[in-house]
Amino acid sequence: MADGLSSPLSAPPAVETEVMTINIGPHHPATHGVLRLVVDLEGEVVRDLKPVIGYVHTGIEKSCEDKSYWKVIPFVERMDYVSFFFQMEAFCGAVERLVDLEIPPRAKYLRMIFLELNRIHSHLVWLGTTALDLGAISMLWYCFRERERILDLFEMATGQRMHTRYFQVGGVIEDIPVGFEEKLRKFIADMPVRVGQYEALLDRNEVFLQRTKGTGIVPRERLLELGVTGPLLRAAGEPWDMRKTFDYLAYPEMDFKIPVGTVGDNYDRYRVRLAEIVESVRIVEQSLDALPEGPFIADDRKYVLPPRSELPTSMESLIHHFKLVTEGYRVAPGEVYYAIESPRGELGCFVLADGSAKPARVHFRDPSFINLQAFKDMAVDTYVADMIVSLGMLDPILGGVDR
Amino acid sequence: MPDAPGLELIRGEIEQDHPGAILDTSFDRGQATLVVDSEQVLEVLRWLCDAPGQGYRFLSSLHAADYLPATPRFAVHYELLNRNRVERLRVKALLADPSAGPVTAGDPPPPPVAKASSGVGSPTAPPAEGLPEIDSCVELFPTADFQEREVFDFFGIVFRGHPDLTRILLPEDYVGWPQRRDFPVGGEPVTFTYNERQYG
Amino acid sequence: MIPIADTNFVEATWIMIVKSLVIFGVIFAILPLMTVLERKLIGRFQHRYGPNRVGPFGILQPLADVGKLLGKEAFMPANAIPTLFVLGPLLTVLSGVLALAIIPWGDVQDGVGLYGIDVPIGILYFFAVGSIAFYGVLLGGWSSGSKYSLLGAMRGAAQLISYEVSMGLALLGAVMMAGSLSLVDVVHAQGEVWFIVPQIVGFLIFMLAGFAETNRTPFDMPEADAELVQGFMTEYGGMRFGSFLLVEYMEIIVVSGIAAAMFLGGWMGPGPGFLDPIWMLTKMLGLVLLFIWIRATLPRLRYDQLMSLGWKILLPLATLNVLVTAVLVVLT
Repeated sequence: MADGLSSPLSAPPAVETEVMTINIGPHHPATHGVLRLVVDLEGEVVRDLKPVIGYVHTGIEKSCEDKSYWKVIPFVERMDYVSFFFQMEAFCGAVERLVDLEIPPRAKYLRMIFLELNRIHSHLVWLGTTALDLGAISMLWYCFRERERILDLFEMATGQRMHTRYFQVGGVIEDIPVGFEEKLRKFIADMPVRVGQYEALLDRNEVFLQRTKGTGIVPRERLLELGVTGPLLRAAGEPWDMRKTFDYLAYPEMDFKIPVGTVGDNYDRYRVRLAEIVESVRIVEQSLDALPEGPFIADDRKYVLPPRSELPTSMESLIHHFKLVTEGYRVAPGEVYYAIESPRGELGCFVLADGSAKPARVHFRDPSFINLQAFKDMAVDTYVADMIVSLGMLDPILGGVDR
Repeated sequence: MPDAPGLELIRGEIEQDHPGAILDTSFDRGQATLVVDSEQVLEVLRWLCDAPGQGYRFLSSLHAADYLPATPRFAVHYELLNRNRVERLRVKALLADPSAGPVTAGDPPPPPVAKASSGVGSPTAPPAEGLPEIDSCVELFPTADFQEREVFDFFGIVFRGHPDLTRILLPEDYVGWPQRRDFPVGGEPVTFTYNERQYG
Repeated sequence: MIPIADTNFVEATWIMIVKSLVIFGVIFAILPLMTVLERKLIGRFQHRYGPNRVGPFGILQPLADVGKLLGKEAFMPANAIPTLFVLGPLLTVLSGVLALAIIPWGDVQDGVGLYGIDVPIGILYFFAVGSIAFYGVLLGGWSSGSKYSLLGAMRGAAQLISYEVSMGLALLGAVMMAGSLSLVDVVHAQGEVWFIVPQIVGFLIFMLAGFAETNRTPFDMPEADAELVQGFMTEYGGMRFGSFLLVEYMEIIVVSGIAAAMFLGGWMGPGPGFLDPIWMLTKMLGLVLLFIWIRATLPRLRYDQLMSLGWKILLPLATLNVLVTAVLVVLT
């Protein structure tokens, strides 16, 4: 901004200018989904904007009230379609706290592996699309090349590439298959190299630096007021990561760092996310090394399906299986709010149980939804091109925003 | 989380400043909840935010729930977080349904008609009568802006003093409060070419 | 009558007509190949195959594209201004085709000059017809009746104007060294050393400004797809949209041609005379590859950064280059 011809950003213009209201979206290449922005433009400068959301509202929270607990899982992972494992973990974790079910250690580690792989996947999608917004078209393909490997891993372990329904209340649905570990190790060996290549492409690119440095700054205090969490908050210098602060899964046993930024501009947001990829790789590696033997799902027949092999021989198992599949399990009345650190920030799940086999209310505190409130602060009084970059760096997933 | 005795301490301190504000406490499944009077929820939130030794300055989440057939029927939940001590505290403001009239258990009001028809209820029209009301906490927690709009959108709970209380996720001309328990699931007609005159 | 061609050398009218047809035909044969080349190459840069379904190696892809574009409805928004809306793409195509005329493909051989016309005002002609493209962009964008188009058109106009100046000044050094505005004479003057060596600054400025003139990455502000959907082309569809794209490639060829003639020794190269056009084409192709490579690599600049680059860096640099060249030319 320092080298702008005049500085139209802060000073009111000398000549009378007209504010043009322009409608960006819901169908627009840069809105990462169906976000609509009503933007007041003064020349190239954004003077006011209002996000209009709800275009992909599908009533998932309402639909969940009509499904038994175990049938809710595939629903909720379709909210934020880039970080599906996190929705599963939030919901399963909340239900596990409602029914007071401890999951076995192996399940914890498996969940961590998949959560962190999902975090890498999510950040890769973010990096590719944001670089595309900046005009660096090739980054998208490089990122999706690695994303493809992650999806292959998901497919290998769960049978699905996205929306895997892998986490269950009580653990995970299946153990990882033979050959998965080898493939995963190859991937985590490659990934830091790839991150280095991304850095070489972007970090030493003067155009990229000029576009991202010093743009979209929101002070840390303001971010906290607005409830912003995740990489956006960390980029502003606040080392708040719920994997460190709250005790869930086996994260306390992991050795990883929380990358923080200094200025809180778009460049810091980029750096923080890139560093998080590397840290996630470390967590995956440690989890894989420390992966304990044992059952992958809790052995509580009231909530967990009996093993398939028992069904032909055990009447009791068959009854349990039948009850679980037809009616589901009943949960004593109560309410639980369980929050985890998703790639975009605090992903909270509130589940209200009324004693029946269906939840009385499932609410997700989606980080994209909350973070989107900071967008006005990021984008007002910047150029429209910076607004697009800030939106990319905000990384909203509209499926999560609208639910 | 404050533990059960800690929760009682907080209750006692609030009772001194704002008598009658706390209706109940609960400590369930490791999560602490203050049940507060909906008229004084703003004072309690401000106290929890500012009082020395409390510092619940981060509003993680604001959502509502419908406890039908219980009375009072609605509750707005404030998931507060003290980021220094890493403690969560849930504040639950109970709200009665004004349209239900005198309490008659087991007799829910008739479900609203789930039909979006254009021209009914312009976005700037004042919220309909007979909706539960509560004070908005946007002044205290700017993050509540979207979330209060969402609660209004889905439960028809009016937040007094909210700067722009309009529907956020549903269309502006939508009629009904779909997250209420007595709202039927699947009541939304889908428009196709053959029936667009009927619904479109 | 004021002669438009060099008075020392006159060709028969039918030769002129045949020449223009040949040049037009060859360039229009190259253009589709260029689009395939670009898509293939960018595909390779990005770990993809690129088009490989239509014809061998996807070489017939542009035919399929054109067929598709021709089959589309020539849509016009209700609030567009019909005449100007149609005029926009026409003007841009016109300017692109006109500029092709002065690219020198070779010297006079057997009484036929291997170029369209050798105008004595040379590069001034190039700038004159190049500026017409700006009308196409502005008219097309403004008359579309869309805010995106308007923004894109304003950007495009400002960008073209800003960079035209630096572009002209960048060529001035070479012109002074050759002592002529005619492109043929400039090529002749490079017999000893190509002008890229003494005029490296001018060459770089010209290429940078050329990227801006052709609206290519990193200066594709007028059509920045992330911000403005497709900029001034947003409301265009069918072959009108196609012709904007066509002109973009034609302008790349023109800019590459001018750069090759002014700085890379034009048609000069080892081998007999009939190879001259081949050499010219090869040099141009090299520059075209540069355009494609940059597109696959660089992000897009911001509008204000583009402007300050043009006015604050390129323009003073080009002026300085002209000044130094002038002094050296006078001294030697």
